Amino acid sequence: MKEVKIKINNLSVYFNYIQALNDVSIELYANRVTSIIGPSGCGKTSLLRTINRMNDLMHGFRLTGEVLIDGVNIYEPEIDVVNLRKLVGMIFQKSNLFPKSVYENLAFAPMLHGIKDKKEIEEIVERTAIQAGVWNEIKDRLNENALNFSAGQQQRICIARALTVEPDILLMDEPATALDPVSTARIEELIFELKRKYTIVVVTHNMQQAARISDYTAFFYLGHLVEYDKTTRIFTNPANKQTEDYVTGRFG
Amino acid sequence: MSDIKDKLGMKSKQLGGIAAIGSIKSLTLIIFLVLFLILGKIFVEGIEVINWDFLIDSPRNNMTEGGIGPAIFGTIAVSILMLLFAVPIGVFSAIYLNEYATDNLLTRLIRASVNNLAGTPSIVIGLFGFGFFILVVGKSIDHILQTGLLFGQPAMLWASATLAVLILPTIIVTTLEALNSIPYSQRAAAYGLGATKWQTIKYVVIPQAKPGILTGVILSLSRGTGEIAPILFLGCAFFLPELPIAQINMGLFSIPMINPTDQFMHLAYHIFILATQSTNPALTMPIQYGTTLILIMITLLLNLAAIIYRYKFRKTLEITGKG
Repeated sequence: MKEVKIKINNLSVYFNYIQALNDVSIELYANRVTSIIGPSGCGKTSLLRTINRMNDLMHGFRLTGEVLIDGVNIYEPEIDVVNLRKLVGMIFQKSNLFPKSVYENLAFAPMLHGIKDKKEIEEIVERTAIQAGVWNEIKDRLNENALNFSAGQQQRICIARALTVEPDILLMDEPATALDPVSTARIEELIFELKRKYTIVVVTHNMQQAARISDYTAFFYLGHLVEYDKTTRIFTNPANKQTEDYVTGRFG
Repeated sequence: MSDIKDKLGMKSKQLGGIAAIGSIKSLTLIIFLVLFLILGKIFVEGIEVINWDFLIDSPRNNMTEGGIGPAIFGTIAVSILMLLFAVPIGVFSAIYLNEYATDNLLTRLIRASVNNLAGTPSIVIGLFGFGFFILVVGKSIDHILQTGLLFGQPAMLWASATLAVLILPTIIVTTLEALNSIPYSQRAAAYGLGATKWQTIKYVVIPQAKPGILTGVILSLSRGTGEIAPILFLGCAFFLPELPIAQINMGLFSIPMINPTDQFMHLAYHIFILATQSTNPALTMPIQYGTTLILIMITLLLNLAAIIYRYKFRKTLEITGKG
């Protein structure tokens, strides 16, 4: 039984006069991992950043169409962007931990959102770190600078930090591009674990990764959604010639 | 064999390079030598008169004897007041320009003005301070509060305000650079966690920019301490053996406070008058050296603090750049 979590209707995104997305309509399902693939500049990241309104910060950003989360259009004027971003967490390509201790990184959002009880914060830190599969590595080093950890550990701490605001949806923008194969594998396992609780959208350049981790795959090209289907279908029997060429590595 | 030797042998081009490096090295050496001679002379002559009494005593006997206590006090007091004016205005202006202002004609005009202000001769800023702070602001305050002639005359308050105008561009520019050096990914991280713009600035941007901002503050402090032209007309006194201190009555006891409406002595101005206005410049010579050494040492210490801060700042930046 799959339920629609994010529904995007006729979305077009512009940055000044450049159109990044052209009339995209797509339904993303709850507790599934959806991969977004396509060559550079195809609008993958723009789509991702539209879902948590990170694009609002960009100069000259404009959009037409609708983005619905649980049936609510997040671009309605009464929507509070701050609350939206608590609902939709984001992981970036490169770890962007604050140059503070691990504990301070994980406690940042809870404290920001008004939790004062130290015990409660400690519980959140431990719970999210366990969820992100990084607790055993950090539990004795909580007061160490987060930037002393390995790149793979940092990325998992980033995921833990994103979980501290208790989101429903996790957006991941090439979360393992900058990592070695072992760390990448750990992130992929983690994504598999996390989808039980969260709806996950992953932008990736890595075809094998998309095939391994995702239930659904959307192929974008030049701002258009070319094909969207079950991952197994996209990689074995795509309906579109362009998709086939891309996933088999003939272009892009 | 000879072919290879031909290729590997020194070309005349390289010889030119060696000559250039040689001359650059010797020019650098000359600069060091000149600096060393100046500082060495001041140090050797100055250290002889410096002792505890020299640091706390007032000048005596037509400035040919005694110490420079009031001048040290005045310099420090003026500098502190200057920072109280300049740091909040400068830092918040920079935060506005870097974080909030969009790039339009007005903000470009403001940026250009800041750069022009940095290039304004300090004597012009002094005249502006006299015309604006004393004749306009001070006189108006006197008029409104009916305080007679209290604010509308040269005083430490207006000297500090004028010096603040002088160092404002330095503070703004260094703060802008410090804010700019915080990578976008750090802000994105905070926004992604549901922080508002102000929370992002307050909890992520400013803490990381702090060492850079402090470096700018200290550098501008050391500049403001050595400047004399802006405060020539603004309450810098020739001779003022009493410290500009007011006792504030708090019932049983009184607290000494810097009185910003008083005139004051200043190290840099003191050197100037000893050298040019004294009845017997030859007699004041040792005191001139001593005063100069103290001024240089204050400036040097402040610069040293700036260097240490910058070093710490670079270290945090290196960590941020990793992985």
